[in-house]
Amino acid sequence: MSPVTVTDRPASAVGGSVQLTTVTKVFGRGSSAVRALDQISLRVPQGEFTCLIGASGCGKSTLLSLVAGLEQPTSGAVSVSGRVALMFQEPALFPWLSAAGNVEVALRARGIGRAERRQRTAELIEAVHLGGFGGKRPHELSGGMRQRVALARALAQDADVLLMDEPFGALDAMTRDLLHDELDRVRAGRELTIVFVTHNVREAVRLGDRVVVLSSRPGRVVDEFAVPIERPRRIDSAPVAELAARITDRLREEMSGHGR
Amino acid sequence: MAASNPGSLPTYAERLAWLEATDTEPQAGRRGRGLAVRAWAAFWPKALAIVIVLAIWQLIHVSGWKKAIFPGPGATLANLWDQAHTGLLWHAIATTAGRAVIGFGLAVVIGAVIGALVSRIAPLRAAVGSLITGLQTMPSIAWFPFAIILFGITTTAILFVIVLGAAPSIANGLIAGVDYTPPLLLKAGQMMGLRRFSLYWHLILPASLPAFVAGMRQGWAFAWRSLMAGELLVIIANQPSLGVLLSTDQDQADMQSATAIIIVILILGIGVHTLFSQADRAIRRRWGLTETV
Repeated sequence: MSPVTVTDRPASAVGGSVQLTTVTKVFGRGSSAVRALDQISLRVPQGEFTCLIGASGCGKSTLLSLVAGLEQPTSGAVSVSGRVALMFQEPALFPWLSAAGNVEVALRARGIGRAERRQRTAELIEAVHLGGFGGKRPHELSGGMRQRVALARALAQDADVLLMDEPFGALDAMTRDLLHDELDRVRAGRELTIVFVTHNVREAVRLGDRVVVLSSRPGRVVDEFAVPIERPRRIDSAPVAELAARITDRLREEMSGHGR
Repeated sequence: MAASNPGSLPTYAERLAWLEATDTEPQAGRRGRGLAVRAWAAFWPKALAIVIVLAIWQLIHVSGWKKAIFPGPGATLANLWDQAHTGLLWHAIATTAGRAVIGFGLAVVIGAVIGALVSRIAPLRAAVGSLITGLQTMPSIAWFPFAIILFGITTTAILFVIVLGAAPSIANGLIAGVDYTPPLLLKAGQMMGLRRFSLYWHLILPASLPAFVAGMRQGWAFAWRSLMAGELLVIIANQPSLGVLLSTDQDQADMQSATAIIIVILILGIGVHTLFSQADRAIRRRWGLTETV
């Protein structure tokens, strides 16, 4: 096992915001070095839902790992205020625990006492519409249900900043649509700052307050779009489709190399 | 467009119910099979195998090969039946089983502690990692002169060799389990704030369980072999064990009894092995590692 890098971020008293200042991340050395991120600067204010979009190899996941503290930048500064939780494309649930157990272990990691843990777990399972499924093991649940357990687990970490790395990428369209609504509702009652990585432009427009477009190899911020569409939104509504088309054009431009 | 009129669309709860009804794998079919049916399905191949072995044995006996000394299955099983009615066989089984439990138990504890330390401390792994694998390849019978000189003709000598035989497999099982803890789960655990001891307790140890059980199963095979070798070499007066009975049979050229005892040893060994297989299967089922048919 690789040594665990302990990331002790001072959890500041108020809310979650993320600030990247000219962050560069290079993997490897010498001739085999790969520049994953190049001089990226990005600010996500408290309470904002930011979607990061780009072709594969644009360093989206690397960026989240840096914010999560799982990786250190080669140069530049990453500053995060508040607690951070991370959701992956895979649910990454512990197969030896039930759905409720997976949520509870996150509460336990925060040192919450047994009685409160029970109650919070039940609330969180209910919050993601899994009442009655708490006792099931991950393999007994569908892909969408597993990802909802992962969402409940992320919420159990009482995070101010929720990082989501293509969390719905492996789900079918119907289930994904449902989880978009779920995420909207979960967010409504909380002061959550979300950084959401996806390669699905419509999904980004459906969910985000802002869509940030990254270039590939090395990853750079090339453009950003505010999403002034009123909520609740639907992924197949005209305004979402329209803005998604504009962003897709911008992405194509970037891919064909005329974007500079 | 209909987006402005969500009233005509199915509600969130309706869509959720529909998806769950279509999305969740039906699992009732497998559970629905009766216990009796499953027990029979597991039983008959084994029963058939035993019948075939007995038939071949009987054929060899009838053919007249070494007729004077080689007993047939009938005489051997009758001998086993008789011995089962004497206290001596049960006393011997109790002694041997007791040694197996204590020796294997010690090996599990020692193997687990060594495995836990070696898997977490890099210099220790560099130092003794290959030594553990080396110990695993050492035929346990070769340890007996060493153990007998050290501890004399005592039960301790036997237990010592059992531990040396079984602990390396158990340690290696745990080390493999720790090594193959999925990195994604480690990331998830780290993000939750699990650190050091809690990371080990809540994540790495449970994740290692299948490999640890596999190590225990292998360790048991080594322990059982070491024990039998030990009981043949370290014969303690007034302490009947399966090894002592076997050794006495050899001295008295009692082939019927010797064969009967071998059957007992075989049954015990297979029985414990089956327990580990069951544990292994239970874990796999719990984790969803078996394909549901």
